[in-house]
This record gives sequence, structure tokens and C-alpha cells, in this order.
Amino acid sequence: MIADAEGAEAILELAAQDPDLMTKSHIIFIPKGTNYTQALRDLKPAQFYEGPSYEAAVQRIRHVLAEAKMGLQVYLTGTEGLMGQAQNEAMQAGIPHSAIQTEHRGSVARRMQCVHCKGITEDVITDPFVCSHCGLNLFVRDHYSRRLAAYQGVCIDAEDPGNVPEPQELYT
Amino acid sequence: MTIQFNEETFRDDYSFHNSDWAIKRFPFPFHEDSYMYAVNMEQHRGGPEGSVYEKRFDVDEHYVSEMRDRAMVLADDPLRCQSLPHMTLAGWDLLELIMVSKSEDYPDLFELHRNGNQWRWVNKPLGIDDTFTFLDETTLPYGPMEYITRQAQGDFCVLDQRDDMLWMDAGMVTTQADWSLDFDIGMNFFEWHAPVPLAHEMGIFKRALKFLLNIQQGAPARRLNWTMTVNPLLDTSPENYHKWGIQKTTLTPENIGAKQHLRVELQTFFRLPRSNALVFPIRCYLCSFQDLMTMPKWGRRLHRVVRDLPEELATYKGFIDNRPMMLDYLSQFDDGLPTSRGVWPDLDTEPALKKSS
Ligand code: HEM
Repeated sequence: MIADAEGAEAILELAAQDPDLMTKSHIIFIPKGTNYTQALRDLKPAQFYEGPSYEAAVQRIRHVLAEAKMGLQVYLTGTEGLMGQAQNEAMQAGIPHSAIQTEHRGSVARRMQCVHCKGITEDVITDPFVCSHCGLNLFVRDHYSRRLAAYQGVCIDAEDPGNVPEPQELYT
Repeated sequence: MTIQFNEETFRDDYSFHNSDWAIKRFPFPFHEDSYMYAVNMEQHRGGPEGSVYEKRFDVDEHYVSEMRDRAMVLADDPLRCQSLPHMTLAGWDLLELIMVSKSEDYPDLFELHRNGNQWRWVNKPLGIDDTFTFLDETTLPYGPMEYITRQAQGDFCVLDQRDDMLWMDAGMVTTQADWSLDFDIGMNFFEWHAPVPLAHEMGIFKRALKFLLNIQQGAPARRLNWTMTVNPLLDTSPENYHKWGIQKTTLTPENIGAKQHLRVELQTFFRLPRSNALVFPIRCYLCSFQDLMTMPKWGRRLHRVVRDLPEELATYKGFIDNRPMMLDYLSQFDDGLPTSRGVWPDLDTEPALKKSS
């Protein structure tokens, strides 16, 4: 089970329904400032790891997936960015699509790739937003790459430099 | 005929120009006075002599300059050419298809000499004379797809076919209408078409995919697509949009005839023999409004198409803001007379423009 932030709640709910599950589970959790760690530990999973960021956790995720035995079930929950990236890792490790479940929880933030500089900006919650790499003002295009686990960001003021609308929260 | 290759640029001073010959054979995409998306596909089995449909891979006066522009784009951004590891065989298939087609269709420009797997390729316009071993990558300066598409006009998408789906797993994309190969690589047919308005709801992509999956070797197909470009800029990439987008605002009533170009893509589809991949060449033709207006039928029709195009399409194609200025210009070439059916200019039979007032 790989989760970040409010994804912990989905795991807590699963465990409440089926306490046996935890005896076989390996939980990889990235808190992102939330306080669920103790609650998850209290479930007494077979293995528990807390990572400070997805990037820090990814080596371990790869290792676990590479060592996976037949019949491994992968459960991904939390932000879109976490689920998309971890799903890529699982697919690359040869885990069939049918063995991967996802459940979105918490922030609606998007992981964005700047089409101009190719830099990824994590946890984007407004449209437009500023690319964290090249500083261009980008709008959030509804075009998603599973390979990058990211949506596409495109310069919003190319035709009228400096004319950048007030950022709106996504999905409001 | 032998082709006189233009010395011209598609950037900076934009010295690109069309000869009278190129204007007459321009693939005007509108067969009637209005336009909407459709599954507009037909067999690619030649066409009228001299037309862009005649040969499998059309070579025209822009060939040498377009290849120079491609080399510049690639030097700036090598990610415009990508091939996933399983696509190398399809790259060889494509190299063979282009070399065989061009040497047969343009024997005065291209030669292919084959002795088993020892091949010699002569490309006279680009001054290339290379000997290599077919299917041995180490004998070419680039991978096979990159090698041959640096010598062929138009973009190329090479689609892997598996699970009744097409996957964008390789491509050479430097003359695109604002889409990114680097972003789309690895996507399937529905995923890379996601940004297109209306066509999904119309069921166009479902039917188009079914058609494409069934394309057989030796029976290629083709269709046209079009958009608008200010200045004859080939590289209208999203990667560089923050640099070229501003050019759209430089149109004035005085310069629009020269600056505004109709951009037409001749898209063809070939099944490849060894890999069973599908190759999708997208050949871009540019023509300024003022050159198009030399054909009275095209003047009348372009005005009506641009005027009546649904807003979603004008927005997606990126000319909604300039549409009023385009219509002011184009309306001068529409005297309201009816137009003949079909895309051809019919210069001998269509009436000259009736001057108003
Ligand atoms: C396998 C070959 C094909 C490839 C690789 C391909 C690729 C693309 C790409 C990359 C775009 C741009 C999407 C964007 O905005 O990011 C596009 C647009 C489009 N495609 Fe395709 N396409 C293919 C076949 C077809 C076919 C057979 C049809 C037939 C109906 C079609 C219809 C369209 C339409 C209508 C658009 C919007 C174009 C516009 O309004 O300017 N495509 N295609």
C-alpha cells in the first residue's frame, strides 16, 4: 500500500473493514504534513515505512515492486501525483493493471509539467500558476500523460505578455 | 520535371515563398463552402499529375530549406525526435519505405542500390551518398528513423499496434501544429487526441481508429487537416509557444495578406511490413492569404469557411482573436457567386472576382 497525506484515511477504513489484511500489508506512507503516522502504525502492518517525500521513497518503492511475488496486490491512495507516479513504477515492474487499485483522497492538487522547460511542478492548486523551474505563467491544460504522471502546463500570456488572470483555485 | 529548390527560411526574416507552380498545386482543403470535422479518409493511390497527391512522398521546391530548418530545431531540442526501444525495427521499415518510394518516384533526385543488406543511398539535393548495412544501426550516423526523416519533408509519427490500439511510440516532430511529441510519447490514440474539441462526442475518433487498425500493407490512406499560422513558421511547437505566440499579435489590415498563412497537413497512413507498425507522415504546406486569393474560387470559399467555422474550432486552432481581421480581408474576395464542387481551383472555368462598387 502506498499512500500520501489523506490517503491514510482510506487505509484506516480498509483496515476497519478487514483487520486481517494488515498482517500481510506493507505500508509506504508520505505524510506531507499530516498526522496519520501513529494511527497507521497502530494498525500493526507487517511492514511500515514513512518517507519524507515521494522522491525519497521511490528507491524503496522500486525495490519492493521488483521483489514482488505473484499475486501481489498494489493499493495506491492519496493525491493524483502520488498515484500516477507509483502506478508507473508498478507497471514498469510488470505488475498487471488488474492488480493495481487506486483511490483518490485529499487534495485535488495536480502535478504539472511545463511544456516549455519540461520541469515538473508538484501540488499545483491554482490555475494559472508559476512554473517552479523557469518562472513562466502557465495555465493548466486538460491533457494528461500517464508516462509523466502529469498534466500539461502552457504559457498563458505568450500573446499578451504580463496579462495574467488572477489565479483561481482548481475545481472551484 | 526537375525541381528548382528555393533558398529560403521559416524563421527570423521568413524568406519562404511559393512559386506559381506551388500555389497552383497547394492542397486547398475545403471541398465545399463550410467545414466540420469528419472521418475524411481515402486511399492514397496517386492523384492528378503534378498534384501533391501524385507521389507516395511529395518532394517540392521547399525540400532543401525545410531539411535545414529541421536540423536547426533538432540542434536546439533533441527531444523532438524520440523512439522507444521496441521501435527500432519500425524505423528500418520506414527507412526502406521512404528510400524505395523516393528512388522510384524521383529517379533523378534519389538512388537506392541494394546488394543483399549492403545498401547505398544517394540523395542528390542534400548531397548525401552513404553506404550502410540494412538492419545494422551501427552503420548509420543516427537511428534509422532519425536518419531518414532528416531527409524527408513533414513530421512522422510511428505508431505501434497492440491490443487493438495505436501507441505513439516513436516520432520526428518539428513542423507540428502546436502539439508536443515529448508529452505525447507512449500515449494511445484516444489519449493524444484528448484536447480536440467536439470530435470525441461525434464518434469520429472511434471510427477513425477502426479504419486505421485495418490498414493493410501496400494500401495506404490519406486525409487533410488544416489550421492557421501567422508568418511561415514551420516550428509552431508548444515548447516554443512562449516565443512565437506573440507573432499572432503582429497582424494588421495592411500586412495580413502576406503574413497570414493557411497551413494544410497532408496526412498519410502506411502499414509497415516487418514491425506491423503504422507510420503517419504529416506533411505541412503553407500558403499566404494573398497567394491563395489569386484563385478566385479559393478566395470566395475561404471567406465562407472562416466566417462560418464553429467557435470551438476557431479557438482550438488558435485564431479566434484574429478572425474579425481575417474576415475583413477575405470578404473583399467574396462576391457571393456560387463555387464549383471539390478542392481544385478550376481556374479556367470559375469566374473572375466581380469587383464591387
Ligand atoms: C494514427 C495517426 C494519427 C496521429 C498520430 C494523430 C495525431 C494527432 C495529434 C497529435 C493531434 C493534436 C492534438 C493536440 O491538440 O494536442 C491531432 C489532432 C486531430 N486529429 Fe489526429 N492523429 C492521427 C489520426 C487521425 C485520424 C485518422 C483522424 C480522423 C478523423 C484524426 C483527427 C484529428 C482531428 C480532427 C484533430 C484536430 C485538428 C484540428 O482541428 O486542427 N486524427 N491528431
